[in-house]
Amino acid sequence: MPRRARPKLAVWKFASCDGCQLTLLDCEDELLAIADRFHIAYFLEASSATVRGPYDLSLVEGSITTPEEVERIHAIRRHSRVLVAMGACATAGGIQALRNFADVAEFKRIVYASPEYIRTLERSLPASAFVPVDYELPGCPPSKEAVLELLTAFLQGRKPRIPQHSVCIDCKRHGITCVMVAEGTPCLGPVTRTGCGALCPRYRRGCYGCFGPMETPNTTSLNTWFTQQLGIQETRLLPLYRSFNAAAPAFAAVALGISAAHVNERSGNELPFASKVERARDDG
Amino acid sequence: MARGSVVIESAHLRTLILTLQREGYQVIGPTVRDGSIVYAELSSDGDLPVGWTDEQEAGHYRLRRRDDQAVFGYAVGPHSWKRFLLPSPFVLWRARRTADGVLEETPPADAPRYAFLGVRSCDLHAIRVLDRIVLAGTAVDPIYAHRREQAFIVTVQCANFAPRTCFCVSMGTGPRATAGYDLALTELLEPGAHRFVVEIGSERGANLLAHVPHRPARAADLRAAEQAIARTATQMGRRLDTNGLKAALYANLEHPRWNDVAERCLTCGNCTMVCPTCFCFSVEDRTDLSGNVTERVRQFDVCFTTAFTYTAGTSHRHSARARYRQWVLHKLATWVDQFGTFGCVGCGRCITWCPVGIDITEEAAVLSSRRGAGAEDT
Ligand code: SF4
Ligand code: SF4
Ligand code: SF4
Repeated sequence: MPRRARPKLAVWKFASCDGCQLTLLDCEDELLAIADRFHIAYFLEASSATVRGPYDLSLVEGSITTPEEVERIHAIRRHSRVLVAMGACATAGGIQALRNFADVAEFKRIVYASPEYIRTLERSLPASAFVPVDYELPGCPPSKEAVLELLTAFLQGRKPRIPQHSVCIDCKRHGITCVMVAEGTPCLGPVTRTGCGALCPRYRRGCYGCFGPMETPNTTSLNTWFTQQLGIQETRLLPLYRSFNAAAPAFAAVALGISAAHVNERSGNELPFASKVERARDDG
Repeated sequence: MARGSVVIESAHLRTLILTLQREGYQVIGPTVRDGSIVYAELSSDGDLPVGWTDEQEAGHYRLRRRDDQAVFGYAVGPHSWKRFLLPSPFVLWRARRTADGVLEETPPADAPRYAFLGVRSCDLHAIRVLDRIVLAGTAVDPIYAHRREQAFIVTVQCANFAPRTCFCVSMGTGPRATAGYDLALTELLEPGAHRFVVEIGSERGANLLAHVPHRPARAADLRAAEQAIARTATQMGRRLDTNGLKAALYANLEHPRWNDVAERCLTCGNCTMVCPTCFCFSVEDRTDLSGNVTERVRQFDVCFTTAFTYTAGTSHRHSARARYRQWVLHKLATWVDQFGTFGCVGCGRCITWCPVGIDITEEAAVLSSRRGAGAEDT
């Protein structure tokens, strides 16, 4: 047995795909060590046995999308010493925040046979919109390394390392040839926060922006390069920024700017998917 | 200085590589990977980019086929030799707490003995710049020193391509390498006589050549080699006027162009990562969940992040302007005060690999053009 009482760990789910929780479960080699160091008090994806709060560390997955969830995130905050928002949904609203740019009442009418049963907020929002959040782990999902670093830092009572710089720096650290410079593939890496280990450029794809905006994202300059040098139509940039971090302020602002400028053209939902944009080359 | 020259037939490049390997060197050289020519371990001459060249412009790089079998007919790519001389990330040490509380330390792994094949003149100068920083003075970096001492350097004189983003002529760093190598190859592509003129730069180089079939260089060989290099010198795609550059930049700290470039700069850090002389690093202590294992890791850091100047609760270079200005001023001005040389060798990598094509020669020309601009710029 460890000398001191183990801190109580809770993992919470809101509107999300469970991918972040899976990242935690995916720490296969370390799971025993985690269970040894933490008292896993609430983690439904791992066990239906739960222990009442208060909790020393709460990991929150998912965005806040219903009135019930607003109450629940407040309750969790009250019962948690340290609260960490984990993943793109909890830190930026997730892919479901696409609704923030549309008419939710209309969605309900179209999608559900009996829309009167649906109680939902107008917008999908990050935890930080409702309660103070101690740390935000970006990513869709965050990397296993980032989750382990967070847990380790918590145990040692230090701040976790959550770098805020561009993906490009890690591209170069890994010796990956830039897909934008060498192949003309549009890449969000220069405006996106690192954390994935430059996964997409490693496989010759442009960065999708899973980790959200980096610390000082200059989307204006990047978009100018996309349109003027790579020959990409401005409206085709919209789906690049409208993904997992669509509602992160720096990305939302770009997309809103683009759609406002093309308000009389086709709506964003009908635009070709980002993967098609990725294939655009400047060879012509 | 060269200790004479010989000629080897192109087919014997293979023998040269084999000999280096037989002597226990890990041979690192150019190879095509993922759309560019990078430096990686070569298993044989078959890994070399034969018949390839590159097309480079600001923010633009494409591999292209040549219509000949040139082995070294291209400029430098995204990698530089600092990848191997200053490996990053690098575990400085690792310690484990045993059951009885004793710390057991694992020292860093042994470095391979590298042979660098294809070191261009600019990069030889870059290595010399690094020497001044991490070998001279009181704080010698043992990781670099060890690798540097062991490294066998085969230079390739730049010939048979038109460099687009290079400006080594302006920086006085090329295209002809005159010292600092064990062997220096100049590729001659005459039809039916594809060969290399090899200048011998060290005793080590001479000894190695004993295992590679060669003949003495004739006057015609040497003349052809000089002409090929001289042609490259006339084809520089970029230039930078270094005359009075430092003083002019110091006088223009408030030049409006800093704002202009800041609007374009992504603060992505690609320029410093590809620069063969940018040497800044950060050191992190990483621990495991048990708290019993810790390692200290060093990796390249970049002056374009806010974390770079994070001190006493805040970053000190908030704006892109402040960060770009720091970088250019260091490369072209403060580096001179600090180390007695420019921090730029004119390799052009930062121009090519900037995702939005920011060109240090273009920026520096404007930024040094209007002295004392600060007065009208407040
Ligand atoms: S591939 Fe993308 S993330 Fe990597 S260096 Fe290029 S622009 Fe940056
Ligand atoms: S500043 Fe740019 S051109 Fe100069 S040495 Fe560095 S990468 Fe090469
Ligand atoms: S100059 Fe170019 S490569 Fe360097 S930080 Fe700015 S945008 Fe990135």
